[in-house]
Amino acid sequence: MEHELHLCDLPVGSIGKVTRLLAIGLPRRRMLDLGLIPGTKIECVRRSPLGDPTAFHIRGAIIALRYEESQQILIKPL
Amino acid sequence: MKLTHRSSEKKVNGRNNNIDFSDPNIKIIALAGNPNTGKSTVFNSLTGLNQHTGNWAGKTVTHAKGSFYYRNQHYVLVDLPGTYSLLANSVEEQVARDFICFNQPHATIVVLDATCLERNLNLALQIMEITPHVIICINLLDEAQRKGYFIDLNSLNIQLGVPVVGTIAREGKGLEHLKDITYQVVNNLITPKPAKLIYSSDIERTLEKITPQLEKLLGERINARWVGLRLIDGDQSLLNAIYEHIDTFPELKKESEVLKHYGETKQSNILG
Amino acid sequence: MEKPSNQTSLAEILEITEATRSQNSNYIRDSIVESIYQHAEQITNIVVKQKELNKCPDRKLDDILTSPWLGYPLMLLLLGFIFWLTIIGANYPSQIIAKFLFTIESQLTGLFMRFHAPHWLYGLLILGIYRCLAWVISVMLPPMAIFFPCFTLLEDLGYLPRVAFNVDRLFKKVGAHGKQALTMSMGFGCNAAGITACRIIESPRERLIAILTNNFVPCNGRFPTLISLAIIFMGGAVFKTSSTAIATAVVVGLILLGISITLFTSWLLSKTILRGIPSSFTMELPSYRKPQIGKILIRSLLDRTLFVLGRAIVVAAPAGAMIWALANIHIGDTSIVTHIGQFLNPLGHAVGLDGFILLAFILGFPANEIVLPILIMCYLSSGTMLELKSLTAMRDLFVQHGWTWLTALNMMLFSLLHFPCGTALWTIRKETGSSKWTLLAFLMPTAIAFSVCFITTQIIRLLR
Repeated sequence: MEHELHLCDLPVGSIGKVTRLLAIGLPRRRMLDLGLIPGTKIECVRRSPLGDPTAFHIRGAIIALRYEESQQILIKPL
Repeated sequence: MKLTHRSSEKKVNGRNNNIDFSDPNIKIIALAGNPNTGKSTVFNSLTGLNQHTGNWAGKTVTHAKGSFYYRNQHYVLVDLPGTYSLLANSVEEQVARDFICFNQPHATIVVLDATCLERNLNLALQIMEITPHVIICINLLDEAQRKGYFIDLNSLNIQLGVPVVGTIAREGKGLEHLKDITYQVVNNLITPKPAKLIYSSDIERTLEKITPQLEKLLGERINARWVGLRLIDGDQSLLNAIYEHIDTFPELKKESEVLKHYGETKQSNILG
Repeated sequence: MEKPSNQTSLAEILEITEATRSQNSNYIRDSIVESIYQHAEQITNIVVKQKELNKCPDRKLDDILTSPWLGYPLMLLLLGFIFWLTIIGANYPSQIIAKFLFTIESQLTGLFMRFHAPHWLYGLLILGIYRCLAWVISVMLPPMAIFFPCFTLLEDLGYLPRVAFNVDRLFKKVGAHGKQALTMSMGFGCNAAGITACRIIESPRERLIAILTNNFVPCNGRFPTLISLAIIFMGGAVFKTSSTAIATAVVVGLILLGISITLFTSWLLSKTILRGIPSSFTMELPSYRKPQIGKILIRSLLDRTLFVLGRAIVVAAPAGAMIWALANIHIGDTSIVTHIGQFLNPLGHAVGLDGFILLAFILGFPANEIVLPILIMCYLSSGTMLELKSLTAMRDLFVQHGWTWLTALNMMLFSLLHFPCGTALWTIRKETGSSKWTLLAFLMPTAIAFSVCFITTQIIRLLR
């Protein structure tokens, strides 16, 4: 069984499954609203020309997250 | 992203956005949906240039309404802010929720992006918990087709229990059908019966306990199960909103102190 | 009949719900959202059939538009093209509108003559109010009618979120939000529009930063000032042949300075009165879509026309009347305008300007586009606003009044950095709902404009 990763460490082009959210309060609610619940598939699509933020494919939409946010999401690479 | 469309527009009637709900000849239709679903296109296609924009009372959230006629019936369409959810995480979400919940439009059209159905259904399901008078408008069908998606609208209708209309709003396709379904819902020719969403067992147990009591307190105007769910969620902003509309809940009036107190003490929690 | 004993009170209900919440160690929201999304997922699996999994064309486009190599050049090229189109394209319709409006003016003049209207009434209504209106409409309408549809086009295409995605890191470093790049771009069209557009920034702190700094990008009303001065004082200074290129470089330099000041003040604000950590960026990059060009044109044109006309009536008309009155009411031998100009002279001189220039900025408070005409009016003491026929004539007039390239530079800097116009401040008041922030939005740029001009002037004077 593979180790948990922070979403920010997921390489471009690979896919993971959400295991846990570390954020609390409003940021956590915002993440939930995006559909980031345990088991959600998430693909790292591309990074901004300056390296941050990063675009992820989440439940049919491309969502850009900053490093600080993607660090708060734990995933298991697939 | 509402950058140029209406955000920059001259405000035609900033304050006058109250609609006469008592006029039986006017049917109020709310238009909800995620951002980027073509909701504005649906709004513009239905109302043409017959629109007014302003702000929601006391908020810097753009408010747009427009009107159209169908079968000699006057409709006022209210464009709600585009949101991903109605769980009151932002002012926009609160505005949209409060309008559906307290202003009780005759019907709510939820515009969904056909290429991104799952994410969009999240909002639709939440709205269907507040009000049964929901019409689902699956927009951008042409794009979905281009991307290789096929959506079984009949099956979706059965799954959700509310009418489903497919549209390509930018080409004007399906809008007559949408108007027709709206007409039928508003005149009770169709009665949408949203399928109930089942939550985890302890939430359901609590709901079973409190929903009948809430029904007594809240009366017919507002869905007690949904309010119960929001209370379990700890959503104080809804309590505040109910307090603001206390006049419409006669049974609740004697509890207004509790309501006020609760809304105030937990205020910090809402956006915390 | 009520049976109070039988009825659970609201307080009891709230107790029950709170108990359920704490049993779930406050993760009840997770559970609720999970149920909703799982249901949505189930339904989607039943009703959606996916034929083939083709990587959508969006991604290929994004590969280019947000690529490390091409992302920035393409972005700058696109924005640069829009500015160029606005400036070049607005020229011709501007002249037509001006010609048309001034034809009406001469007819109105005839009308006033025929009815032997008193001179002051004719002056106030025609030379004051009407001319000011005509100026604002002919200068403002064409660029806005070009700039905003272009922007709406980019928005409808789905490109704008990519811009925010590309530049967010710069803004994060100064404690702001990537979407501020978009509100700034809107500001090039009109700062009031840019400020309203700040609504797209969800977090209140970042939104406020974007609102307070929007003024540092020059709007359509200030571009003509910057361009004319750059051409007549910077361009011709070296070689006649390369004047356009140098003038362009000066204007581009000023824009870059404006952007730097924006980033600097954003940083300063987020380190002082608007302290806080950058909040979330969460932003959707929607699919690219074919825009509906016809509808955009109709809508934008209509909106813009309404906006400019409304502004002309509300803001420019009273300003026109006041300027005419100030220039034509005499105390002793000189007009009030001259008195104030002389009074402001020492302050103006300290920052490399003169009293009349400062007065022109003050009187131009209602709308930046009338600053240059007011200045010309003051110098000519003709008592009415007018546009000099050629740039050479303007240059001669300014040189006669002691201008050097340093005066021109300072005027450009002051125009770029000074207080927001009346409409912009009014919009700030509305959007922030606070007089305090509005006051800051006035004081901060003013202080910066004076400081920058003062330092520039003192350094150059020292070097000479």
